[in-house]
Amino acid sequence: MKTMQEEMIIAGFGGQGVLSMGKILAYSGMMQGYNVSWMPAYGPEQRGGTANVTVVVSERPVSSPIVQEYDTAIILNQQSMDKFEPMVKPGGILIYDTNGITRHPSRSDIAIYTIDATAEAATRGLSRMFNMMILGGYLAVKPIVTLDSAIKGLAKSLPERLHRTLPDNEKAMRLGGELIRKA
Amino acid sequence: MAEELVYKKPRLLTDKDFHFCPGCSHGTIHKVIAEVIDQMGMENSSIGITPVGCSVLAYNYIDIDWVQAAHGRACAVATGIKRLNPSKLVFTYQGDGDLAAIGTGETIHAANRGDNIVVIYVNNAVYGMTGGQMAPTTLLGMKTVTTPNGRDAKLHGYPFKVGEMISQLEGVCYFTRQSVHTAAGVRRARKALRRAFELSMEGRGLSFVEFVGTCSSGWKMSAVEANKWLDENMLPFYPLSAE
Amino acid sequence: MSDIRLMKGNEAVAHAAVRCGCDGYFGYPITPQSEVLETLMELRPWESTGMVVLQAESEIGAINMIYGAACTGKMVMTSSSSPGISLMGEGFSYIAGAELPCVVVNVARGGPGLGTIQPGQSDYFLATKAGGHGDFNMIVLAPNSVQEMYNFVFDAFELAFKYRNPVMILSDGVIGQMMERVELSEPLPRRTDGQIVEQMRSWAVTGKPVGAQRNIVTSVQLDPIVQENVNHRLQAKYKVIREKEVRYEAIGCEDADHILVAYGCSARISHKAMELARDAGHKVGLFRPVTLFPFPYEQLDSVCKRAKGFLSVELSAGQMIEDVRLAVGCRARVEHFGRMGGVIHSPNEVWQALQEKLLNR
Repeated sequence: MKTMQEEMIIAGFGGQGVLSMGKILAYSGMMQGYNVSWMPAYGPEQRGGTANVTVVVSERPVSSPIVQEYDTAIILNQQSMDKFEPMVKPGGILIYDTNGITRHPSRSDIAIYTIDATAEAATRGLSRMFNMMILGGYLAVKPIVTLDSAIKGLAKSLPERLHRTLPDNEKAMRLGGELIRKA
Repeated sequence: MAEELVYKKPRLLTDKDFHFCPGCSHGTIHKVIAEVIDQMGMENSSIGITPVGCSVLAYNYIDIDWVQAAHGRACAVATGIKRLNPSKLVFTYQGDGDLAAIGTGETIHAANRGDNIVVIYVNNAVYGMTGGQMAPTTLLGMKTVTTPNGRDAKLHGYPFKVGEMISQLEGVCYFTRQSVHTAAGVRRARKALRRAFELSMEGRGLSFVEFVGTCSSGWKMSAVEANKWLDENMLPFYPLSAE
Repeated sequence: MSDIRLMKGNEAVAHAAVRCGCDGYFGYPITPQSEVLETLMELRPWESTGMVVLQAESEIGAINMIYGAACTGKMVMTSSSSPGISLMGEGFSYIAGAELPCVVVNVARGGPGLGTIQPGQSDYFLATKAGGHGDFNMIVLAPNSVQEMYNFVFDAFELAFKYRNPVMILSDGVIGQMMERVELSEPLPRRTDGQIVEQMRSWAVTGKPVGAQRNIVTSVQLDPIVQENVNHRLQAKYKVIREKEVRYEAIGCEDADHILVAYGCSARISHKAMELARDAGHKVGLFRPVTLFPFPYEQLDSVCKRAKGFLSVELSAGQMIEDVRLAVGCRARVEHFGRMGGVIHSPNEVWQALQEKLLNR
């Protein structure tokens, strides 16, 4: 019997909210009773450097938090596209923001989705929440957790002083679900 | 004729014979510590830390609880004890090699944090236990087994006035330099040590009590010669504190 | 009521320290374990339990503060990562020699030298064989999850006081940095000073009661016969520890032809490699030593009695493999696989290595 297990990577620049997206997914998965792991590529990379996080959400206990093949890759810059496109499992999903991407993915054995989150978020005054837009898009394509859980996960991982931004973040997530499209 | 007792061994000195050489200052400094702790009624709340060096075995002679520390680390050990036991009187007893060479970092940082400990520092300008090698405090021109032609600043740097440096730090509430080579010096030292202990228990910061001491063996002198040499050579460079 | 959180292994260590009744933490920042000190400073336990937290001037300062505080019978701990742990080696030797309880967490990274800040398991020899000079052993626990990072702080203190011996929690950058679900237990109260005197005055330096015997904590005995007796006493203690405190986990080992032996993050990665092997129809098991000292020599041999091949999987050039060889002797083939210098092997790489080194030979 096949049980639900999502092994994913979210990769981009530091400062894009890559680690936060992963944390929200891990939190919401945990709140829905799944086993989760969140493993960052840690180091001195801050704003501007590369950042990525491996998240596993699973009905079974998570054996390895380190994986080399992903069910889903969410890609936010070109370096990450070059590195992780080949590592998506056949039949897996790749989601990317077109912003700054010069070489688009070319694999035909995976499902590829795009979302112009950076641009769309900017026109709507939600620039700092473009990552939530992508997260919303991802959950529309692959609802491993409900949007409600994701919003609760967001509340859990945001410090209290930022809770006033929750409504805008929720708006961004819902918008992402509408804007994502198959490439 | 009735016997009149004019002197007796301090109550907190044990009956163990000192292993120190004749003419060495350590025995007298130990006695002063034992007297002051007894006078203050701190026998049951004192914890001393011994260094590596001649005074490593101080715990054999003064009848309080003791900890023996790694070479140079006494101030860090004292910090650990005092932070978790603020009601105790915590003091280190360290020589110039232990405190001013290998343990400089630990000493400066305990001082800079203002840890409420007392540092008793015995400066005799030579390594006694290992056989008379140069210390950071060895005077220029002074002969030791590792400076057989006398300490040369070009080769070995300068004698280290660690007390003056420590006294500049915000966390230090008291710095004094004493000696015990005269009876008057012993009386002054007793008062200075008591003041250091009191300030520490008031939580005022780190107290640094330096003793300029003799090392008759390391200096290759008799006890009397060593006292004279201390007067003529050590004290001009390491001046005692005014009363 | 259970308190369930999502947090990093390093954060779990900090929460465990506060909740297990620890009296003091002294540490120095170093990647990848700085979150321990950062979380403690955030939690401000000095306002709740009275626990002291201090950022020391160096790892040398920290371990000597631990030494001093441990002398007074208090529950104290530190944490660091590989280069910092090297610096603490002198302190470990003194603590073991003076027979003091304390807990040290090593969130290991790749070496040698300044090496890398990425995960490593090349401190196995340091932790289990040569933490410092002299004949001594630390008890070594190897967590492989965030929950174990939390639980093992409690276990480590229990062992440390039971045997008056330093206990190292040997973790790695993966387990320290990853987040997982963790269940936090109800906080235990700190011991009072009165309880410490009552339970530990036989050895601890707590201030000598007037007229009573003074306590001296020391690791120096100038008479070699006396020092030899100290060594005999230590060795007798280690013998008891070897007999009574072995811990391990065996998954699918009973019927296995081949065994992956791994601890810490490599055990997690090897678990997935084992699943890949089993999916491909091979009888492969995973044996995880939980205590690295004492190492489960007899258990590894007896639990895996059917196995004809063992692969020691570690992020090192092959350190634990020496103990695996000691455990199974010449009766089976023993091989090593591991990436080094901060590179983390993937489950696929372990599965490949298993095929190349054992299955296809």
